[in-house]
Amino acid sequence: MKKLLARRELSLVVAIILIVGVAVALQPRFASEQNIRSILLWVPLLAVAAMGQTAVIITRGIDVSVGSILGLAGMTTAILLRDYPQLGVGGAAVIGIGLGAILGAINGGMIAFAKVPPIVATLGTLGIYRGLTFIVSGGRQVDDYQLPKDLMNWSLEGPALLSNVPFINSIPWVVWIALLVMILSHLGMTYTSYGRDVYALGGNPDAAALRGIPVNFVTFMAYVLCGIGGGFAGVLYASRYGTVNPSGIGNGFELQVIAAVVIGGVSVFGGTGGAPGVALSCLLLGVVNVALSVLAIADTWQMAIYGLVLLVAIIADERFARSARKRAGEAV
Amino acid sequence: MSSAAVNPVSGAVILSASHISMRFGPVEVLADISVELRAGEVHALLGENGAGKSTLAKILGGVYKPVSGKLALLGNEITLSGPRDAAAKGIALIHQEPLTFPDLSVAENIFIGRQPTKAGRIDWAKMRQDAEKYLSALGVTLDVSAPVRGLSVADRQMIELASALSLNAKVLILDETTASLTPGEVKKLSAVLDRLKAEGKAIAFIGHRMEEIFSICDRISVLRDGLKVGETLRTETNVDAILRWMVGRDVHHLVERGEPNLGDVALDVSGLTRKPRFADISLSVKAGEIVGLAGLVGAGRTDVLRAIFGLDTVDSGLVTVVGTKLVHHDPARAMEAGVALVPEDRQQHGVLMPQSIWENGSLAIMPRLAKLGLVDDKTARKKSAEGTQRLAVKMRDDEQTIRELSGGNQQKVVIGKWLLTNPKVLLLDEPTRGIDVGAKAEVHRVIVELAQSGLAVLMVSSDLPEVLALSDRVLVMRGGQIVSTFDRKDATAEGIIAAASGATLAEVTA
Repeated sequence: MKKLLARRELSLVVAIILIVGVAVALQPRFASEQNIRSILLWVPLLAVAAMGQTAVIITRGIDVSVGSILGLAGMTTAILLRDYPQLGVGGAAVIGIGLGAILGAINGGMIAFAKVPPIVATLGTLGIYRGLTFIVSGGRQVDDYQLPKDLMNWSLEGPALLSNVPFINSIPWVVWIALLVMILSHLGMTYTSYGRDVYALGGNPDAAALRGIPVNFVTFMAYVLCGIGGGFAGVLYASRYGTVNPSGIGNGFELQVIAAVVIGGVSVFGGTGGAPGVALSCLLLGVVNVALSVLAIADTWQMAIYGLVLLVAIIADERFARSARKRAGEAV
Repeated sequence: MSSAAVNPVSGAVILSASHISMRFGPVEVLADISVELRAGEVHALLGENGAGKSTLAKILGGVYKPVSGKLALLGNEITLSGPRDAAAKGIALIHQEPLTFPDLSVAENIFIGRQPTKAGRIDWAKMRQDAEKYLSALGVTLDVSAPVRGLSVADRQMIELASALSLNAKVLILDETTASLTPGEVKKLSAVLDRLKAEGKAIAFIGHRMEEIFSICDRISVLRDGLKVGETLRTETNVDAILRWMVGRDVHHLVERGEPNLGDVALDVSGLTRKPRFADISLSVKAGEIVGLAGLVGAGRTDVLRAIFGLDTVDSGLVTVVGTKLVHHDPARAMEAGVALVPEDRQQHGVLMPQSIWENGSLAIMPRLAKLGLVDDKTARKKSAEGTQRLAVKMRDDEQTIRELSGGNQQKVVIGKWLLTNPKVLLLDEPTRGIDVGAKAEVHRVIVELAQSGLAVLMVSSDLPEVLALSDRVLVMRGGQIVSTFDRKDATAEGIIAAASGATLAEVTA
């Protein structure tokens, strides 16, 4: 497995370098500080949401409501900060993340305990959470002047501690936060029994149950984690964009998150993949995103391109899984 | 290794099961069974397919809860809430198809769910070390950091055994563990069992093959139709006596198989090979003939039927149906040539449970009924009724969902569905599995009638009386090959079991 992961990560690195190379060759402006900044601000949102989705997909599940979770949690955080600035940015962030956890728990409860198929349960909540986003906001957006400066600063300033280090000092808080989330995810998936149970469940659900792994709890928690990631990403969204619009926030985001996870080497057939690959694939998508806009390829193409890359990754995985099973002499 | 200090007195009863009964729905599968597993002893649980051995193993291993009866560990009554609970109490169940996680490493497979930790995090180095320790205690060398995917069944069983040892299991239950092992692997396993025995483990060994049983086990209990028919020390018995216990009942002829009315060869198979499942299978079935394909679970019988029907590709070999060579392995072509397959697992492959009887009954000829891609319900119902009436399916009306029918009647709908395609060759896989005794006779009657009407029937069955009652010839498979052939007049239960389990006839009669 180590070798396989290394191969996936290596090819992601190569892909990133290639795309950057082509983009710079065609449009030297690509390497501008402005663009690097916009990659650095876009990727953390995706990465934080993708970490939770990673656990879900390893268990052979899927959470398509993650964009709506981001939306509802981000909207709620923005409204709270507008109406009750005394909460402070930290307090509102905790509420946003907590709300994400609750929304994830609703998904997880339906899937783990009521045995609703993941795609059905989360497609339902995709609609419900989006609807609630309109209800809590009354359909009105929160504008950047209504939000405390502190929140914006997450996306503008880095830690004071590093303010004298050249280059590093221009890396904003959101990037450090995302890095921390990725490291914690990786450690959690590798060094806790919960993380290993997630892999076992995805690898062989029947065996996991017979080996006494608390299958329902493990499944439930994966969706809670996904909700936490979505909620946290919602808070980061408010910081990044300042303007929070109920129909814009997180709309269609699930496609990018799921694409990032699958391209990062997490098989939709369960049991394989992990945080490092997903982190790299978030960076890849970030580079692609900026490259497309710098090369003046219309925004409207972006969704189609994510969809295409996602399908290619799944087909490649499926073929790979088949040949692995064949080599192992298992039924194909 | 678990220390010698807790090594129990050899011969002391570790786990006892008394008066265990078990039923699945209305079917009683175990009745009043008592067995004791002793320290330092391998206790064989023997019986034909369906005798209840595996059910008993699963009860001992905590997978099933018995309807009645008691389990006691070292004299104290226990109840097992599940396999995890059983493992915690020192009872480990090793499965025929080991429960491993293909993408996790060998070490993790051994310790999943209870990895060693240091300061709250999993200690991978210690886990690998411990894994190596337990594997080497079994005399096995495996790369503990490599993923399990690709390892042989034998290696994966060793991983399960190592996992059991790491739990300090006192009782090991091996459920058909040798069924898919090569002779060399069996020898290795047998050496491992000797080690474990010397350490005072109590071992239950579920199996079929006589030579294995007699070389590995110390005590033998025989089950038949859910009842325990006898228990003996190995030293006080012989293969012949055990076989007699296993077969036991008088093999009464369940149906009258009249003189067969044989025609030309309808199905001819030559040199069919699909490694590693089966190799060089040659057989032929004439119109009007019923050929039984006997053998143990895992001998490759189902695989042969699937290959003939074109569900699986083959490495080499030829299938000819009434002069048509089936070159491309494709069920549609096989059906066109006149082959029908009634699969083993009715629930999975045979019927569409939520659909009505007529929808199921007309399924096989749907493409033929379709006009411009649309099927007229009335025609489909009429066609389906032809099948259900011919086989006398008992039903209220054909709008009932097939789920409401008994197993026997479901099976008749499945057979009836295929008859509408006017097959020349009927492949039956365990046609009466899970069907109660009364209905079995009905299905048997149908099979005999179909043969009388000129169909060539190739039937896989683990039910020996059924094989003996219906077959004009019996082919016995073992380890993916046809090892013997019996004509109707020469076929005996003892002979078939001996051939299937690899005991030579000399041994049986010795």
